Amino acid sequence: MNDLSQAKTFDEFMEGIWRQNPVFVMVLGMCPVLAVSVSAVNALSMGLATMFVLVCSCGLVSLLRKLVPKEVRIATYIVIIATFVTVVDYVIQAVSLEIYDALGAFIQLIVVNCIILGRAEAHASKHPPIAAMVNALGMSIGFVIGLFALGAVREVLGAGTLFGVSLFGPNFQPWVVMVLPPGGFIVLGAWLLLFSALKRRQEARLAAPGGGHGA
Amino acid sequence: MSTPIAPTPPQATPATSLVKTLGLVSTVCGLIIVGAYQGTYDAAAANRRLALERTVFKVIPAAKSMAEWQATPQGIRPAGGETVPGALKFYVAYDAEGVLAGIAAEGAAKGYADTVRILYGYSPVCQCITGFGLVASKETPGIGDKIVTDKAFLANFEALDVKLNAELSALANEVKVVKQGTKTKAWEIDAIAGATVTSRAVGKAINDSAQLLLPKLAPDIGKLQKREP
Repeated sequence: MNDLSQAKTFDEFMEGIWRQNPVFVMVLGMCPVLAVSVSAVNALSMGLATMFVLVCSCGLVSLLRKLVPKEVRIATYIVIIATFVTVVDYVIQAVSLEIYDALGAFIQLIVVNCIILGRAEAHASKHPPIAAMVNALGMSIGFVIGLFALGAVREVLGAGTLFGVSLFGPNFQPWVVMVLPPGGFIVLGAWLLLFSALKRRQEARLAAPGGGHGA
Repeated sequence: MSTPIAPTPPQATPATSLVKTLGLVSTVCGLIIVGAYQGTYDAAAANRRLALERTVFKVIPAAKSMAEWQATPQGIRPAGGETVPGALKFYVAYDAEGVLAGIAAEGAAKGYADTVRILYGYSPVCQCITGFGLVASKETPGIGDKIVTDKAFLANFEALDVKLNAELSALANEVKVVKQGTKTKAWEIDAIAGATVTSRAVGKAINDSAQLLLPKLAPDIGKLQKREP
């Protein structure tokens, strides 16, 4: 029984990281993904801010799930999410003004990130707090991975740096379009291409005779 | 994978319970927000002060300490206490010995993407601008943001002439942004080719702010020579 529940928890956790990755599989929350992923630091900070909001609000939504009548649940979720977004807004200002300025309005816009409301409605409101938070943590790690994958590639190509450290020396001519909006779409498209190619190969392997075991 | 949930029979929830729930949730959330605000206020204020100091010290390299002043229609005085409407804020920087190293003030003008806000350093000795730094800008990466990296452009601000006219009422010569390579006067700024709009914004921000501030500053500059203990 214990093994089973552990396996289930692990499954909940991995759901967001791989099978239902919010960026590469569900393609949710694209607004911050495209807008702030111009550098690895911005992408990571945005991911961590979203992680904090997602985990805390899913925890609270789950705690209150038996108390909140169906009619006012969306209003309640939004108030809870907005609370944690405000908290994260203050915390980022206290930690680093540079990151706060770089992320700009996208911190406040976490309120309307569909991953968070989606998780609150689809998962946290139906599961106990621990399970909800584990699932939220997995989802947000998946989101951080997605953001970082975009941010790192765009920063390396568009500025020749990673975490602000120059990679190619002073003679590198930055591929500027990569840090502009079109670059976000190009890099996202490339990642989605890679992921669907991987998925297809896996499906082909599963379909092949004798290949389906234990995958 | 998700477990099916038994459908609950539809029944109306009483209005009082809806109000109670929303009230409870809002109270809890309100407490969390106020707690976070109180907890981070000092750190955030310290951060803002540090960021301002860093920018001021960057445009006035000799600076070791600074004080905030304001220029009111009645003259200049240290900031603090009540703020007079229409007062212009500026920062007075002192070197290690407490002698005036320069004056910094903010300027803003419309750039390509949004308002470009800059902080410029002014030296009363040469009556010129000695440098500028960005406070806020959303200019295009790789194009407009060259204004803080392009060496030829920054050379414009090593000694940009902002002398006042004989009546001390305005600048003797308006700061002007000219096409790249056509700068001939000390009050002209060579624009960056390809980033003309942003270059112009920097020039306009400096000009607009200097036109207002420097005439108010000039009669009282003696007050600022030494740091007050």
